[in-house]
Amino acid sequence: MLRLLSFALFIATWWIASLLVGDAKLPPPPVVLAAMTAEARSGALFLNLGATLARVALAFTLAMTLGSAIGYLMGRVRLADRLGDPWLILLLNLPALVVIVLAYIWAGLTEVAAIFAIAINKLPTAVVTLREGARALDPALDEMATAFAFPRGRTFRHVILPQLAPYIAAAARSGLSLVWKIVLVAELLGRPNGVGFEIGVAFQLFDIPLLLAYSLSFAAVVLVIETLLVQPFETRLSRWRLRAA
Amino acid sequence: MQLEVDIKGKSFENAAGKRHDVLDRIAFTLSAGEVGVVFGPSGCGKSTLLKILAGLDRNYLGRVVHSAGARLGMVFQEPRLLPWRSVEENVRLAAPDVADGTLSTLFDVLELSAHRSHFPGELSLGLARRVALARAFAVEPDFLILDEPLASLDNALAGRLRDQIAALVASRAMMTLLVTHDLDDAVRLGDRLLFLSARPARILHVETITTPRAARSEQDIEALKSRLSQLDLANM
Repeated sequence: MLRLLSFALFIATWWIASLLVGDAKLPPPPVVLAAMTAEARSGALFLNLGATLARVALAFTLAMTLGSAIGYLMGRVRLADRLGDPWLILLLNLPALVVIVLAYIWAGLTEVAAIFAIAINKLPTAVVTLREGARALDPALDEMATAFAFPRGRTFRHVILPQLAPYIAAAARSGLSLVWKIVLVAELLGRPNGVGFEIGVAFQLFDIPLLLAYSLSFAAVVLVIETLLVQPFETRLSRWRLRAA
Repeated sequence: MQLEVDIKGKSFENAAGKRHDVLDRIAFTLSAGEVGVVFGPSGCGKSTLLKILAGLDRNYLGRVVHSAGARLGMVFQEPRLLPWRSVEENVRLAAPDVADGTLSTLFDVLELSAHRSHFPGELSLGLARRVALARAFAVEPDFLILDEPLASLDNALAGRLRDQIAALVASRAMMTLLVTHDLDDAVRLGDRLLFLSARPARILHVETITTPRAARSEQDIEALKSRLSQLDLANM
């Protein structure tokens, strides 16, 4: 209910602002909605949203898997930490634009280059978060698992993973928002479809209703994924915490 | 089943690089059905000794020989349960082969039946200790290590839990090693009492009690306690 009210407030502010600055700069909600339906009717909206979502999914999965594995290793093995740290600092501070441009130059304007560039941008934050998580693992529980001769798989699943879960969730949360942002840049610079590409087109034509139509559809998708996937996942992970009296 | 311990020394290096000797020479043997009690002042290295015996610390001088394939059950000083798994899951993870009947009996004896599906965060310390005990017994160990299982419990509860431990220990022919700094617990539960010195720990005295645990009367226990407390003091 509160969410709905907050949404209504957003629309109202938008409408008033559009009245103040004029249609040319900020079209009112009905105009944007019309642009949105036109794009949806032609099928372009879903095609572009789909392309962007697929890139997000691939880059996100790649970065989370690799980043978690590297982060875990760096948190557990001192040598890996020492060797990996300079690389990590470099990657953390490398601007997203540099990575994307270089990827396109080296690998061509291809899908692989785009996904790889997006993943590289997210990778270091996942590594840093998971390294912190691996460092915080409780040695007392490790000893317990060793004393009771837990096989590796059981230790990982029941002892290590639950301890890392909050860190994985944090990395996923921050990583997802990062990927949402970077994917559009990568599309703008070198892909023939996707929300980023369409926004680029709208920018060149100064078609503000189209620009807003894509931005808002994209924001809506992000919101839906947050409420339907990320938040329930986090609640599930912490269910044993909630029940503690 | 037999345990042969012949430790020649154990030391730690602290953050400043200074060496601390924790254990001196400690040698003893323990056979199946026997309860050894390690008794000593706090901080004397009892827990370090247990870690070595459990195979959790291999960085020491000397040797510890277990029978091949001996299964270990351990109760740590803190319960060390997995907070994200229920009581029953905690036990079953350590003992995946435990039969449902065995588990039910174990939960009954330890008065845990009502708490099977609770998470450890919902339990009091006394209950969590009992879950740790259930876990150690559920693996049907050949070698059972109990590290101060009764510490920081009130007297009534400690007494009940001690009786439960005694009953469980008697139900299986295994080697048991109990660490305590309570002479009463030591005399009631143990067959062989190892008195350790302050750091670096060495064995000051070994007391073998020949009367079987179940046959000891209150007078026997009182007599043993008074004799041992005098003798212990003389050595400190």
